[in-house]
Amino acid sequence: MIRYILRRILYAIPIAFGVSVVCFSLVYIAPGDPLQTVMPPDATAETIAIVKHAYGFDKPLPIQFLIWLGRVVTGDFGVSIATRRPVFLEVSEALANTALLAMFAVPLAFFTGYVMGAVAGSFAGRWVDRVVTGAAVVGVSLPNYWLGIVLVIVFAVEYMLLPATGMGPNGSTGFSLLQWSNVQFLVLPVITLAMIPIGILARTTRAAVAEVRNQDFVQTLRAKGLSEWAVTRHVLKNAMPQVMAVMGLQFGYLLGGSILVETVFTWPGSGFLLSKAIINRDVPVLQGTILVLSLVFVATNLVVDLLQSLIDPRIRRA
Amino acid sequence: MTAGDLPITTGNPDQGFEGYRFVGYNLYDSLVLWDLSKTAADKATDIKPGLASEWHVDEGNDKRWIFRLRDAVKWHDGCDLTADDVVWNYSHSANDKAPEFDPAQYAQAHFYLGNVAGVSKIDEHTVAFDTTVTDSLLPYELSYWLLISPCRAKEVKYNWTEYAQRPSGTGPYRFDSAVPHQRMELLPNKNYWDAARVPKQDRLVLVPMPEASTRTAALLSGQVNWIEAPSPDAIDRLKAAGMQIVTNAYPHNWTYQLNFANGAFADKRVRQAANYALNRTDMKEMLNGLMLEGYSTLPPSTPYYGHPKIYQYDPAKAKQLLQEAQCLPCRVSLAISTSGSGQMQSLPMNELVKSQMDAAGFEVKLEPMDWNALLAVTREGVDKHKEYNAINVSRQTQDPFNALIRHVWTPQWAPKGANWGHHSNPEMDKLITAIFAEFDAQKRLKLLTQLNESMNEEAALIFVAHDLNPRAMSPKVHGFVQAQSWFQDLTPVSLDQ
Repeated sequence: MIRYILRRILYAIPIAFGVSVVCFSLVYIAPGDPLQTVMPPDATAETIAIVKHAYGFDKPLPIQFLIWLGRVVTGDFGVSIATRRPVFLEVSEALANTALLAMFAVPLAFFTGYVMGAVAGSFAGRWVDRVVTGAAVVGVSLPNYWLGIVLVIVFAVEYMLLPATGMGPNGSTGFSLLQWSNVQFLVLPVITLAMIPIGILARTTRAAVAEVRNQDFVQTLRAKGLSEWAVTRHVLKNAMPQVMAVMGLQFGYLLGGSILVETVFTWPGSGFLLSKAIINRDVPVLQGTILVLSLVFVATNLVVDLLQSLIDPRIRRA
Repeated sequence: MTAGDLPITTGNPDQGFEGYRFVGYNLYDSLVLWDLSKTAADKATDIKPGLASEWHVDEGNDKRWIFRLRDAVKWHDGCDLTADDVVWNYSHSANDKAPEFDPAQYAQAHFYLGNVAGVSKIDEHTVAFDTTVTDSLLPYELSYWLLISPCRAKEVKYNWTEYAQRPSGTGPYRFDSAVPHQRMELLPNKNYWDAARVPKQDRLVLVPMPEASTRTAALLSGQVNWIEAPSPDAIDRLKAAGMQIVTNAYPHNWTYQLNFANGAFADKRVRQAANYALNRTDMKEMLNGLMLEGYSTLPPSTPYYGHPKIYQYDPAKAKQLLQEAQCLPCRVSLAISTSGSGQMQSLPMNELVKSQMDAAGFEVKLEPMDWNALLAVTREGVDKHKEYNAINVSRQTQDPFNALIRHVWTPQWAPKGANWGHHSNPEMDKLITAIFAEFDAQKRLKLLTQLNESMNEEAALIFVAHDLNPRAMSPKVHGFVQAQSWFQDLTPVSLDQ
């Protein structure tokens, strides 16, 4: 198992390198200027040349890439062009803010989606199944930015129960999970963020449970006289690896931050940071964020693979 | 704020003129300021003394301006404002060999300091600006150049990241705190040199909210007291909730800069046809009334508006001009952005322009791109982008150079300047040279009026709309008077508790 883990970690290195090459290239293929954010619209060619030189953007692309890579290896992700703050700080703070959302959205989505799917799968073809599946389809189909706006209109504008936007009241310098004045800012974005994973997980779990329930061993369990509850436990356990694979992907999605949800709620997470970096062509932030998020995905997939093999020894790798 | 992020605090801000409005002119001052007082609500704003109490051109040398600094002005850090500070600030923004040089400030400020050859100290409170050309408009250019404290810069050893967290200016507000990407809090500068402009609030909290629906919801839910640029379709809802909607004409021009080097718009008749093809009243209706119909580069309240040729909606005349120009149907390609600073409701407005021009004999192809890409096209100029007949980039028209000259002056051909489509007319160039050489304000006004009228006669742009700069605020907000400017004075604003 340890060799397997080490091997997977080694695999992550070329993946991270590949991702960094691709993201570096994509940033430069896109039209626009990485120094747009620091230059007024009417910047002259002379101004652009001097500023490019000052920021090192006048060097050939491969050289820029190597310089960037050399710094990243030592943990220096550079400085944001837009804010002049270290990229590592920008990315780590944004990731922490997104993780805060994910901390609540993940259990909400996983628990609700799994329970809904398990119930629907256990009663496949019956009215409960139809109701739950219908609800799951709605969850998957609702555009989350639309849902976010509707929730804001209802709970913030009409009933004034929750704040519409932001991450903490004026004057606060940090986010405290012990204070309702802070926590209330989490409610609407968490619900909005969880809605699509709930739908996806409910559908996946329902399909997996329904499929396992039709397998021969379930018939055997019943023939041996096991109670329906005991049979269900076996079914759920056997459906788990398939569900976990999807949970892993959804976990990565939630941890990666949703650009739309974070923009609607002005939540300063990784999705919001990424969208601003794209709009401003803030190349150092863009490269740093994509690299870190890709590593998060790689790590998540590794953890999911390990958990799958723990639950189902049949798929354990050598 | 509509900005996607907090503006930088190291001097001239980013985030367009919104950055100047909320952070730049609040933390800092320029030598020359804009008059944003109550009297400026009914007319276009003009410049007034700022950190310089008076200025004049040197009698024996028209390439040398003398600025007398205001006495007893202190930076927020307690240091005194001196002539050395102005010289240091120039070096900070322009001299890439100096230790205080900041490339980000160079990028922001160079456009306004382009004609300055050097700054020197005459005495403790007097400085001289030498210019590369005779430039009667220098005071306007300096109004956009914000001065930062050399004391604080030296204290942080020119570490601009640290300076951004402890900025020091002379403005009516001083910096209190900022949570990156979330909010910035400013406090009144009780010792502001202009006692009439000491802020009436306890604290000014600036929150970036790029999404219009989020801003509207934040105001309606009481989370904020003031929002910039509510979307036109939210106005009725905001009014119904008792919110104040404030608008005023201001120097903004939603327009198309044209390709004069090649293609259909090289022909004046085609340019005039495009202007006749537009029904601006329909456009205004679509925007719920939140625009002025644009018939010139300038809004009519500008002192040098004059009596320009007006292209009233006349599709028959447009078609006739296209026939005369033997361009029917007249195929044109317009580079537009999906959104962007000052672009108003870019996509629906461009769609309406297309449908109106098509109805008059054009065959318009819209080429949408993101704002950053359109800015790149704009900077690079028509030589690199022959495929476009026009670009839709909104422009500020607050001062004569930005309003008129940069669009049509030959030395401003892109990529050197903002004359994207390489317009060139020797008569206009001569007129512009005369404007730069005219130091009598009244005589210069006449020349500027003549330039505006000539630009209309030539149909140098496609004139569409002037934004009304809408903002919405809670009924608790008092004391705000919207100046006809991109910048606004927030100091008289007070709030019921």
